[in-house]
Amino acid sequence: MQARVTVTLKTGILDPQGKAIEGALASLGFSGVGSVRQGKVFDIALEETDPARAKAQLDAMCEKLLANTVIESYRVELV
Amino acid sequence: MSSASPIAAEPTITPALVAEHGLKPDEYQRILALIGREPTITELGIFSAMWNEHCSYKSSKRWLRTLPTRGPRVVYGPGENAGVVDIGDGQVVVFKMESHNHPSYIEPYQGAATGVGGILRDVFTMGARPIAAMNALFFGAPDHPKTQHLVSGVVGGIGGYGNSFGVPTIAGMVMFDPRYNGNILVNAFAAGLADRDAIFTSQAEGIGRPVVYLGSKTGRDGIHGATMASAAFGGEDSDEKRPTVQVGDPFAEKLLLEACLELMASGAVVAIQDMGAAGLTSSAVEMGAKGNLGIRLDLDRVPTREERMTAYEMMLSESQERMLMVLHADKEAEAAAIFRKWGLDFAIVGETTDDLRFRIIHGGHEVANLPIKDLGDQAPEYDRPWEAPEAHAPVLADTLAEPADYGATLLKLIGSPDVASRRWVWEQYDHLVQGNTVQRPGGDAGVVRIDGTTKALAFTTDVTPRYCAADPFEGAKQAVAETWRNLSAVGAEPLAITDNLNFGNPERPAIMGEFVAAIRGIDAACRALAYPVVSGNVSLYNETDGVGIPPTPTIGGVGLLPDHRAMATVALKTEGEAILLIGADGHHLGRSIYLRDVAGRDEGAPPPVDLDAERAAGDLVRRLIRQGKVTACHDISDGGLIVAVAEMAMAGGVGAIVTAPGGVNRLGWLFGEDQARYVVTCRPEDAAAILEAAGLAGVPGRSIGLTGGDSVGVAGLFGVSLAKLRAAHENWFPSMMAAG
Amino acid sequence: MKSAVIVFPGSNRDRDMQYALTRITGDAPQMIWHAEPTLPPLDLIVLPGGFSYGDYLRTGAIAARSPVMRAVADAAAKGVPVLGVCNGFQILCEAGLLPGILMRNASLRFICRDVHLRVETADSPFTRAYAKGDVFRTPVAHGEGNYTADAETLARLNGEDRVAFRYVTAAGEATAEANANGSVENIAGILSDRRNVLGLMPHPENMIEPAHGNTGGRRLFESLTHTLVAA
Repeated sequence: MQARVTVTLKTGILDPQGKAIEGALASLGFSGVGSVRQGKVFDIALEETDPARAKAQLDAMCEKLLANTVIESYRVELV
Repeated sequence: MSSASPIAAEPTITPALVAEHGLKPDEYQRILALIGREPTITELGIFSAMWNEHCSYKSSKRWLRTLPTRGPRVVYGPGENAGVVDIGDGQVVVFKMESHNHPSYIEPYQGAATGVGGILRDVFTMGARPIAAMNALFFGAPDHPKTQHLVSGVVGGIGGYGNSFGVPTIAGMVMFDPRYNGNILVNAFAAGLADRDAIFTSQAEGIGRPVVYLGSKTGRDGIHGATMASAAFGGEDSDEKRPTVQVGDPFAEKLLLEACLELMASGAVVAIQDMGAAGLTSSAVEMGAKGNLGIRLDLDRVPTREERMTAYEMMLSESQERMLMVLHADKEAEAAAIFRKWGLDFAIVGETTDDLRFRIIHGGHEVANLPIKDLGDQAPEYDRPWEAPEAHAPVLADTLAEPADYGATLLKLIGSPDVASRRWVWEQYDHLVQGNTVQRPGGDAGVVRIDGTTKALAFTTDVTPRYCAADPFEGAKQAVAETWRNLSAVGAEPLAITDNLNFGNPERPAIMGEFVAAIRGIDAACRALAYPVVSGNVSLYNETDGVGIPPTPTIGGVGLLPDHRAMATVALKTEGEAILLIGADGHHLGRSIYLRDVAGRDEGAPPPVDLDAERAAGDLVRRLIRQGKVTACHDISDGGLIVAVAEMAMAGGVGAIVTAPGGVNRLGWLFGEDQARYVVTCRPEDAAAILEAAGLAGVPGRSIGLTGGDSVGVAGLFGVSLAKLRAAHENWFPSMMAAG
Repeated sequence: MKSAVIVFPGSNRDRDMQYALTRITGDAPQMIWHAEPTLPPLDLIVLPGGFSYGDYLRTGAIAARSPVMRAVADAAAKGVPVLGVCNGFQILCEAGLLPGILMRNASLRFICRDVHLRVETADSPFTRAYAKGDVFRTPVAHGEGNYTADAETLARLNGEDRVAFRYVTAAGEATAEANANGSVENIAGILSDRRNVLGLMPHPENMIEPAHGNTGGRRLFESLTHTLVAA
């Protein structure tokens, strides 16, 4: 089973990288960019075939390693 | 003057809400008496921020006032963003140390990073370009389940911020003790260089001048951070009470540095204050109160990065990399252009007034209207009850059995948690950026030269918590003395200190007693060594579930070398040189590394510090270094004489054999941690003259051995190869961090 | 000698480079802000170390798209020597002026320590004062200096004698232990196909005087002085 995990900074947490990229886009002439927030994407291949159990495994991975839940939130999608 | 008109969603001020703001019932009564009405929620937030321990120093003020803060070189002592000390040629060094303990425990990378960012801002706010950073870190037991994660995050955060900002991190300390398991300490130091006549302070001047906000935008970061930093952790539910974490942006800070220095040089700046804890509140109040002026802020003009922020949130936000300035009105446009060039937000958010009120306007309403001077001046001050700490008996060497194998004992000590090499840590810090580092981490003090002169500044940070826990008075004296000794050991004249006082809950008389004893110890040492305190920070309530940290008065010392070419390092230089002990033979083993880590007994009194002996030995060693008579020098501290010799041998790749004098107790002589002592080496023909100079100065000294070979040992007793010593010394830290 | 140091937001070894150039060449470089669209006639352009744009997105990525970089590329195409140190090397790779890319260090940690470099070619304006095979000491200070390129690029770099420096032991051996950051084939610095663009991770500008503990980096700047004075 294939999964995609997206980790982003929680709402309200400052994203210095997003801010710098936002500025760079503007200086390259891309107008109308409201805001940019940067995150990470993990594509994970799992042996598990049961979606509920896979989801539980992925949640655990995020809690323990993939996300720093003090400042980041995550989203798990099975594809 | 209009009274504050509450806005629609204004909550009722209940006793529970007051308590949530960390204000005691009698403190709330004081507020009511002061303003003659109920405060608005924004006003309550402002009071809670101004009157908490962190901002008001209400438990410690009474004692801090007793410390010596003046000296012929002191330009500004405590009370400014950082201390300022004259170093000749119209130049000053500006420095301070500050803790970021609780945030670093919650999110170690960002907590430590923002700690570094805060202290750098304190320095460049005064107009000084940062030239050196260091940090003192105290973690729990190496095998505690959280330690690895905390060490990795804190070290990463310090490097991540300082490296990017571009300040060399050139010295520091890392210690482990199970009493820090639930409360690590992260004490960050920064120093900057400025011209004496170009120092800026937070004192506003002039009525009707623009109050300008600059730097990053305001978000809901760390709201209640300042309140949190002053309240003990609550065990089980501490995970849930996690506040919004502040994220550091070293890139924004670097831009802020360059923009501020450019703006200061333009002559536009009247007063400047960085936004640290309770950012907008404390910076605005400080500027107004110091200048005997009122301040009016219009929050609708504050740049924000989140929507629908309330006045309360904006006034308490701890978003990083922000500054508040009062500018000359006719320089507004010039200032705005400089900030635009650096891509930073710049907004006129208020003005200075003549009414001595702190007025906050938001959405057309006045949401706060408070007497600006009373916010600071009328803050509570406590003379908390305290109990004198219990005294312990000394542990002298002749009451202990000798180890069966001295070589194995030396190896064990050299690879023990508090003695092992910190290379794993300081190699993650850029200690060379700016190109002025002339002594790197790993020695007694880090040294940076000053461009365009032969001068250099030396920096060290020290404290021995196991001594302080046993005897906070002697321990605090020792912390000051050890910085003085480390500066002297590189050849620097010790100038002044900054103190970062980390303690438990001051409402407990035993903890308050530790604090009082430590202040008295610092006071005694600073007076005896003519070594004033010019800045500092107090961090109280460092306890979890009622267990407090050992008293930890971290001292940051700064020294001046007139010529960095006459500087000593710890590394042995060549074979066949004489090894001299400057200071008395050792015999105190109470609270020593040997007693704790080899004999398994954390007992007794720490070694006493004889401040007269300290001064005589330091003055002698410094003079010998400047005369070029000393080829290597190292102070004797953790682990005693033989550990010092082994560290010198490893640093230089040259062995050393010493001979224990007849009649001494070998155990105490090798491992005793008696104070006021140094190991120096010299050309053999200079040894007699050095010992004669020592005799004239009233400093004990003796020739104890020769450099050479590829091992370290004691004649007739043992020898351990440099390779084995190095392996034990270098491997401990990486192994600890790699352990699964 | 007319040189310029390009200053990006977040550059932090620009002053170090200014000091080294002034000291060794005798002429102070111009400090040029990244927003400048044009450059005056120059004998040398330096992209200094630092964390341009905070290293955000990818190291050097945003700086490589600065207005001044078009002018730098034009000058390089005309044969003007361009030196990129550390973040400058990263910017040159992102700008396509040098092949390959600098990845995160193999240790995953920032590293600041002295390394030994072996001069792999004396045939460039930057290495002329060295002899091929010379070994010198100089510091590194970076988190992302792990040089990576595909096999074809590596073959070209080697075949065209464009590897300028490798990380080696004090005795000159290119061992795994001497490889500070995990770079492929211990590569520390490379030249462009016309040999007038050099990117390297170590900081020769921080090791030019006895007070630095060693003067190993000095000859790189002396090479430039000799080259340009001779030219």
